[in-house]
Amino acid sequence: MTGLFSEVFLSALMFGAVTAAIPLLLAGLGEQMSEKAGVLNIGIEGMMLAGAYLGFVGAFYSGSLWLGFLTGAAGGVAVALIMALLCVRIGLNQIVIGIALTLGLEGLTALLHHFQFSRSYPRLPAADATVIPLLSDIPVIGPAFFKHHLIVYLALALVFGMGYLYRHTQLGLNLQAAGDKPAALDVAGIDVIKTRTIAVLTTGALAGLGGAYLANVGAGLFIPFISNGAGFLGIVLAMLARGRPVWVLFGALLFGVCLSLTTAMQVAGINIPTDVIQMLPFLAVMIMLVLFGRRASLPAALGIPYERGTR
Amino acid sequence: MSIDTPTVNATALDPTSAGAARRDILHRLLMTLGPILAALVIAGCILLAVGVDPLAYYGYVLEKGLFSPLGIQQTLTRMAPLLFLAAGLIVAFRAGTWNLGGDGQFLLGAVTAAASAPVFVQLMPAWLALIGSFLIAAVVAMIWSLVPALLRAYQGVNEIITTLMMTFLGTSLANVLVKLVFRDPGTTVPQTRTLPVEDRLPRLFDTTITSGLLLGLAAIIIVHLVMTRTAFGLKLRIVGANPRAAIHAGLGVPGLTIAVFAISAGLAGLAGAVDIIGVQGNVRADWNPAYGLAVIPAVFLARMNGFAAIGFVFLLSVLSIGGESAARRLGVPNHFTLVLVSIVLIVLALAEYVDHRYNQSRKA
Repeated sequence: MTGLFSEVFLSALMFGAVTAAIPLLLAGLGEQMSEKAGVLNIGIEGMMLAGAYLGFVGAFYSGSLWLGFLTGAAGGVAVALIMALLCVRIGLNQIVIGIALTLGLEGLTALLHHFQFSRSYPRLPAADATVIPLLSDIPVIGPAFFKHHLIVYLALALVFGMGYLYRHTQLGLNLQAAGDKPAALDVAGIDVIKTRTIAVLTTGALAGLGGAYLANVGAGLFIPFISNGAGFLGIVLAMLARGRPVWVLFGALLFGVCLSLTTAMQVAGINIPTDVIQMLPFLAVMIMLVLFGRRASLPAALGIPYERGTR
Repeated sequence: MSIDTPTVNATALDPTSAGAARRDILHRLLMTLGPILAALVIAGCILLAVGVDPLAYYGYVLEKGLFSPLGIQQTLTRMAPLLFLAAGLIVAFRAGTWNLGGDGQFLLGAVTAAASAPVFVQLMPAWLALIGSFLIAAVVAMIWSLVPALLRAYQGVNEIITTLMMTFLGTSLANVLVKLVFRDPGTTVPQTRTLPVEDRLPRLFDTTITSGLLLGLAAIIIVHLVMTRTAFGLKLRIVGANPRAAIHAGLGVPGLTIAVFAISAGLAGLAGAVDIIGVQGNVRADWNPAYGLAVIPAVFLARMNGFAAIGFVFLLSVLSIGGESAARRLGVPNHFTLVLVSIVLIVLALAEYVDHRYNQSRKA
C-alpha cells in the first residue's frame, strides 16, 4: 500500500483531478450564467456532447487542438441556438426541450460516431502541456497543477473574468435582473429576450468547450455518451454555487478529486466493482445537497419564460 | 419552480354540438399526426445524410412496430412499463414536482422484483408471490425517493437535481446488487435468478402480450381519475399550481409533497416490476432501458392527461420496437431511435405553440 501514496502517485492523482474538473468547471460556469438569467438549461448535457463530437472531429481532421476547441464551442452554440429559439424566444417549456435536446444529441453523436469512427476508433496524440517555469519544479504540486494544456489556465482565468462580469459590468447586472425580475429589466428599457439569449449562447459555447476538452484532452478520443452526466453535474455545481463563479471552481475541483480517485482506485486494482466507485461522485453531491442544500438559492424567475405584458 | 397548469380546454366546456366536438377531435388528431409526419421527414434527412434509405427504415419501423402480428404484440407488451412510468409522472407533474429520477426508481424496482419473485414463488401460491413482489418493488422505489422528498418538503431543495443524482446512484446501485448480492450462481453472466415462464404474469389470450398491459392501463386511468375527480387530486394540483396559496388554504404541503414523491416513485418501481415479472424474467447486469427520460416529454406533451398519455406511450412503443428492428436490419445503431424521439418531441411542442398562438389571435 505504500506505493499508493508515493509522490508520483499523488501528483498523478491531482493532475487527474484537475483534468476531470475542467469540463465540469466549464459546464458549471456556463449553466450558472443561464440560471442567473432565468433559464434552466437541462440541454447542457446535449451541448457538451455536441462540443465533444465536433471538437474531436475538428481536432482530428485539422491536427490542431485549438481548432478543435473552436469547433467544439461552435457545436455547443449550435445546440444552444435551438434552445434559445425554442425556450427564450417563443417560451416553450425549458425542461421538456432540454431533455429532448439531450436525448437527441446523445443519439445523433452516437450515430455519427458509428458511421465515421467506430471501425478505427482513432485517437489524438497527447495534448501539449504548457509548462509554467519555476512553479512546475515544486515536488508533487508542480507536475500536478502547472503542466497542463494552456486552455486549463484560460478556464481558471475565466472564473475570475466571470466574477468581474457579474459584479462590475452592466451586462452582468442585466443577466441577474433577467433571472430575478425580468419585468423590471424590461421596464428599464433592456431587452429581456436578448439578455437571456446571450446567456444561453454563452452557456452553449462553454459547455461545448468543456465537451471538446473532455474528448480531446481528457480522453483523446470520442466515444458515444462520453459526457456521462458531466452536464448534469454542472447543473448541480451551478445551483450550489449561489451565483458565484469561485464556488463553481471549488465544487468542480472537489468532483475532480472524486472522479480522479475513481480512476486511481481502478488502476490500483482495489477489488471493488467499478459500479461502486462510479457512485462516489454522485454520493458526494447528495451529501453536499443534504448538508448545504438549504442554501442553494435560485433566481426567482428561473424556468419561467418571459412574455411581455403578462403577469 | 412551477409548472403552468394545463389550461382547461375552452372548447370542451362550451355547450357545443356534436359536430363541433368531432371537429375538435379531428383538429387534435391533425395537430398530432401532422407534426409527427414533419418530424419523420426531418429525421429522414439525417438518415439520408449518413447514407441510409429513410423509406426503407420507416418501412421496417412500421412493419415491425405496427403491422406485423408479432411486432404489434411486442409493442403492446412494451407499453406496460411505460404506462406505469407515465402514471407516476402524471401525479408528479400535476403536483408541480419534477421527478426526473424515474430510471433509478425503475431499475431498483426491477432488481427488487427480480430478486424477490423467484424466492416468493417457492414459498406461497403464485398469485400471492407476484403481488408480494410488486409491493416490495414499489416500497423499495418509494424509499429511494425519500431523500429527494424530504429535502424538497422541508429544505426546499430543488428536486430536479436531487432526483437526477439519485437516478445515477440508483443505476449503479442496481448493478452492484445484481453483481454482488442477487447474482444467480448458476450462470457465468452476472444476472439475477430467472423467474420461470409459467410463474410470470399470464399472457393475454393466445397472444404474447403481457397482462401487465392491462395493469398499466388500469394504473394510468386510475391516476387520471384520482388527479381530476377527487379531493386528494385537487389538493395535489393546488400544491402544484401555487404552493404558497396551498399553505394559506390550510393544506399540509410537506406531507403532500412526500406523498407525491412516494406515489410517483412507487409507480416507477411497479413499472420495473411489471417489466421483470411480465416480460424479462431476470435482470442482467448493466441493463438499463432508460425509459424514464423518454416518457417525461411524452407525458408533458399529453398535457398530463392520462388518456392522451396512453396515445403517446403507444407511439413511443411503436418507435422503440420498430426502431430496434429497423436498426438491426439496416446496420444503423439503435441510437437513431433517440434522435427520432427527440425530433418528434420538439416538433410536437412547436406545433402546439403555433396552434395556441393561432387560437389566441383568432379570439382577439
